[in-house]
Amino acid sequence: MRHVISVSVDNEPGVLSRVTGLFSGRGFNIESLCVAPTIDPDVSHITLVTAGNEMIIEQIIKQLRKLINVIKVVDLTATEHVEREMALVKVKAEDRQRAEVLRIADIFRCRVVDVSPATYTLEITGTTEKLNAVLGLLKSIGIQEVVRSGSLAIQRSRKD
Amino acid sequence: MKMTGSQIFLKCLEREGVKHIFGFPGGVVLDIYDELTRTPFIKHILVRHEQGAAHAADGYARASGKVGVCLVTSGPGATNTVSGIASAYMDSIPIVVFTGQVPTPLIGNDAFQEVDIVGITRPCTKHNYLVKDVKDLARIIHEAFHIARTGRPGPVLVDLPKDVIQGVTTPKFPEQIRIKSYNPNYHANPKQIKKALELILKAQRPVIYAGGGVILSKASEELTKFAEALQIPVTTTLMGLGGFPAPHSLWLGMLGMHGTYYANMSVHHCDVLIAVGSRFDDRVTGKIEEFAPHAKIIHIDIDPTSISKNVVVDIPIVGDCQDALSQLNALAAEHLPRELSQAHRAWLAQIDQWKREHPLTYDRNSGELKPQFVVEKLYELTQGNAIISTEVGQNQMWAAQFYPIRNPNRWLSSGGLGCMGYGFPAALGAQVACPDDIVIDIAGDGSIQMNIQEMATAVEYDLPVKVAILNNGFLGMVRQWQQLFYERRYSFTPMVSPDFVKLAEAYGALGLRAEKPSEVEAVIREALNTRKPVLMDFRVASEECVLPMVPAGAPMHKMLLT
Repeated sequence: MRHVISVSVDNEPGVLSRVTGLFSGRGFNIESLCVAPTIDPDVSHITLVTAGNEMIIEQIIKQLRKLINVIKVVDLTATEHVEREMALVKVKAEDRQRAEVLRIADIFRCRVVDVSPATYTLEITGTTEKLNAVLGLLKSIGIQEVVRSGSLAIQRSRKD
Repeated sequence: MKMTGSQIFLKCLEREGVKHIFGFPGGVVLDIYDELTRTPFIKHILVRHEQGAAHAADGYARASGKVGVCLVTSGPGATNTVSGIASAYMDSIPIVVFTGQVPTPLIGNDAFQEVDIVGITRPCTKHNYLVKDVKDLARIIHEAFHIARTGRPGPVLVDLPKDVIQGVTTPKFPEQIRIKSYNPNYHANPKQIKKALELILKAQRPVIYAGGGVILSKASEELTKFAEALQIPVTTTLMGLGGFPAPHSLWLGMLGMHGTYYANMSVHHCDVLIAVGSRFDDRVTGKIEEFAPHAKIIHIDIDPTSISKNVVVDIPIVGDCQDALSQLNALAAEHLPRELSQAHRAWLAQIDQWKREHPLTYDRNSGELKPQFVVEKLYELTQGNAIISTEVGQNQMWAAQFYPIRNPNRWLSSGGLGCMGYGFPAALGAQVACPDDIVIDIAGDGSIQMNIQEMATAVEYDLPVKVAILNNGFLGMVRQWQQLFYERRYSFTPMVSPDFVKLAEAYGALGLRAEKPSEVEAVIREALNTRKPVLMDFRVASEECVLPMVPAGAPMHKMLLT
């Protein structure tokens, strides 16, 4: 099963390599990985998407906690959370297709971030499913290049 | 007061209580070595190869219960320690390894004798550091020792660039440690302890399976008390030898691939298995799906990652073995004295029957010199009081089977990594830590040659370690597998060795040889009466196998007995 894991780490050189080394060394897989500093400059945050059975996910979480530079690990899959991913996609857009690309962009609330006579570059934000849907549609028109950020996720606040 | 990096380094070691370091000098650590000449409280032991330094620090740590320290130069000095570090990591042994590094401006430039040792050792250290500023040096060294010795212990590496060693600052030596993300849990949850005891009291066929954690947490007294109070038989892993006072009526010997018949049968048929400071290694469990198939499992371990890693357990207890066992003992006391159930008595009787049916044995009447006989004689003539280190392979298994270890910290063996060449330098480390004890390395003719160069260290520092080579002319354990599973095709396992007696003499040690059973006692007696390093060359039967044996991948109750 797919799990989204939120990891706070010391913002120091080599820490990311400890995390990824753990995954490669123990044969765990990483579907995506997002890293950036937090508002505390000493702390970085990693959102990590992985897959495995219950025993493997439990090991992943415990092994991450065992790393000296890891401050906090939360399996967001077990809690209410919001998940977003961003993609930048360069689509072929010539003649009649120019309008079609814009229509798709409009429907999915994408932003056009770059324009050339033969292409549009779109910024798409949403769940992984939404990104897959947009890219599916654009594929038939012609995608030149696509880059995806991997998932970011945050726990929902309590409503009461 | 302003101090240089080298002065801070040595001051930090003094503050950590370090008395001995094992090392080898080189270009980037010259300043530290220069400062050592003005540092009377630390004795430096010059090894002949850096792998020896790491193993010696490991042996020192195992025998003394303190942190072992080694110091080497950059590049090859650092890479040579890696096998020693990996071995200490697998066996959770607290050592701190200091490596020199090229000056920080040169890092990444492929400078002379530069290697990314922090990158190389990341997967085989508990933690490691590259010190980039002399201002951080005192804090990092203090953290390194703290991390090495606390929680589940392990090796920590500190990489010291030359400009940091030469840097000058007014150091602040920290009294306290604050690592926000490192806080090992020593205290076992009393609710889990209660649940565990309830299960144990109801058990009809309980067994304790103890590992190296018992020794690391100094829990052997509590373990013995618990086993005796509730009359539970005890088996230990290779790493746990000495954690329970062998021989003892409740003692089952070692379990696993070359464990005793009765230990493996007991674990296979038990209804409650109490794992204490052990980690369900594949050499212990055999075919994992059929390990202890009838048992509810209780697992005490300080490292949460060890729990339910290989085998799903019923009652996990995260905490220090000593803490958990003393809570169990306190709680069990309320139920004592206690009459054993009929089923429990029948269980003990069954185990006694297994012991009688298939004791550890070998052919005593062949007339050949058997390796097991040598180990038995070593036990007899030292009254079981020696510190035993081993190399890896058949010698290691025969030592584990035929030299019962009575006390913790008296058994040094590379368990997890299975690192040939471990035993001799580890024995030197143990001899430095325990100068008044008899230290014996039980070796093979293959393994001893992996770090034989340390004989010069033994002679130079007057470390009277005794090496007993069970010389069968083969890489014996590999040969055994070839014999049993590869139709005796002995591919590159027969090996030619030097004349060990002459070799010993060339180093300035004493060399002795026995070729017949009748010569063994005299050789051992002479070795024990000689106050210098001794190499004993025992020409043993060449195709002897270690038995019993559970073939790799088979369940534990399916042992080869003959």
